Amino acid sequence: MKCDNCGKNEATVHLTEVINDNITKLHLCETCARTKSEEMQSHFGLTDLLSGLMDFEPGMTGEAKHDLMTKCPGCGMTYFDFQHSGRLGCGACYEVFSKNLNELLRKIHGSDKHVGKMPFKGKDVLKKQEDLQRLKGELRDLVRAEEFEKASVLRDRIKDMEGKLGGA
Amino acid sequence: MILNDFIKKETEWLKGEGPYSNIAISTRVRVARNIKGHLYYDRADSKQREDTLGAVTANMKRNKFLQGALFLRIKDLSDLDRVFLVERHLMSREHTQDVAHKGLVIDEKEIISAMLNEEDHIRFQVLQSGFNIVEAWRIVDEIDTDLGQHLPFDFSNEYGYLTSCPTNTGTGLRASVMLHLSGLVISGQIENVFDAISKLGLTMRGFYGEGTEALGDFFQISNQVALGHSEMDILDNLERIIHKIISREEKTRENLIKKHKQETSDRIKRSYETLKSASIITSAETIKLLSAVRFGADLGIIKDIDTATINEVLLLTQPAHLQKITGETIAPHERDMKRADLIHERLGKK
Repeated sequence: MKCDNCGKNEATVHLTEVINDNITKLHLCETCARTKSEEMQSHFGLTDLLSGLMDFEPGMTGEAKHDLMTKCPGCGMTYFDFQHSGRLGCGACYEVFSKNLNELLRKIHGSDKHVGKMPFKGKDVLKKQEDLQRLKGELRDLVRAEEFEKASVLRDRIKDMEGKLGGA
Repeated sequence: MILNDFIKKETEWLKGEGPYSNIAISTRVRVARNIKGHLYYDRADSKQREDTLGAVTANMKRNKFLQGALFLRIKDLSDLDRVFLVERHLMSREHTQDVAHKGLVIDEKEIISAMLNEEDHIRFQVLQSGFNIVEAWRIVDEIDTDLGQHLPFDFSNEYGYLTSCPTNTGTGLRASVMLHLSGLVISGQIENVFDAISKLGLTMRGFYGEGTEALGDFFQISNQVALGHSEMDILDNLERIIHKIISREEKTRENLIKKHKQETSDRIKRSYETLKSASIITSAETIKLLSAVRFGADLGIIKDIDTATINEVLLLTQPAHLQKITGETIAPHERDMKRADLIHERLGKK
């Protein structure tokens, strides 16, 4: 795609402007984007670049629109809000917007899966989650073997662990 | 004001020591962390921001690496002090705005510092003199692990450390090395470096000056990718590439001395003389001339000044530092005269 402004260079920055519900899309090369940005007296920052990386088409499907307008239960933010601010509101946003975010993360980092350090607490929680899965398997086995007395003890233990993990 | 003591202190990372300190001025490694269950800074209201600041501050005060550290609230600092801290690389320019609930932690040696309630709840960095990624990361890792034992960091198994901006998601890691690349600039090779860097998951920008301008041939090279690779891989990639750039710069310097000694020497000596004889000098001109002098000191063309002094003058001649030294707020024109005085005094001593 060629730049909308100079028509010569390849457009690498895609700006979306929303003014009173009117959506304008602008495809610019880096040089023209910089000039335009200076003209607008606004800083040419990460937000603009991020909007460039994110897809927002006026003729998008109902499902895609729904994804954009779904509110994060943690902070009330929508992905649409995020497209304009470039900042997420809380940790829960990552789960709620995962479909859109995965694509964005792949564009930025070339990956959407973490490899690397885990916090102490994270490691701890992970270990407990693994234990929990193991115990749930044991519970199923006990029920199958009709060992109901042992199963009820184990069920209480699992409930207790789940409660603690939820509050971690 | 407590910050007045800073001006007398020798800044650890400007010592001109450490590996390749003739070319690499300093190394910075930082991580971004958020606290689980707390809204991110931009989304949080005043009360929530204050709660976060309180929780993080309390935990940091307990941290064994931060005993004796200075805990500051940005709102308590004057405008001058805020810029002063930016010039010392202890906080970002963004951190000087919207200051009601922002905090800053600085350890005694100015090696460790943490911005609280910047874009993320914690932006925590370690500065080292020279090219020292491994050591900087070692310290960051240790403190981070310690903090993570008491503070529930926002972390997901899938995405890693969760950050306000998705560019930091994953490791939350950004490592940067500040390089002095006059050889590559003079020989016209710097454009090639720029091109290569962007293809390798790294970014490069001029350290001083705005936009694409790189005043004094000082550049900062950082990793851009934070997700999908381990911390060690990210740092290793950065280290390998910077090694290559440094060795190219070294070869170019040798070549300049061998084949273009007259021109190179002329340029450097003129800069040194201008610097010493100027009675009015702007910050930008100072950076340009000091860059040439720094280059000359490494090439052995200038013998009566060392890298540490040049690094120090680079820092002290910046606007807020100059005003802290003179102890008054001064207009830019007058500042240019005071700057020239300070340069004479510092360079004259050697």
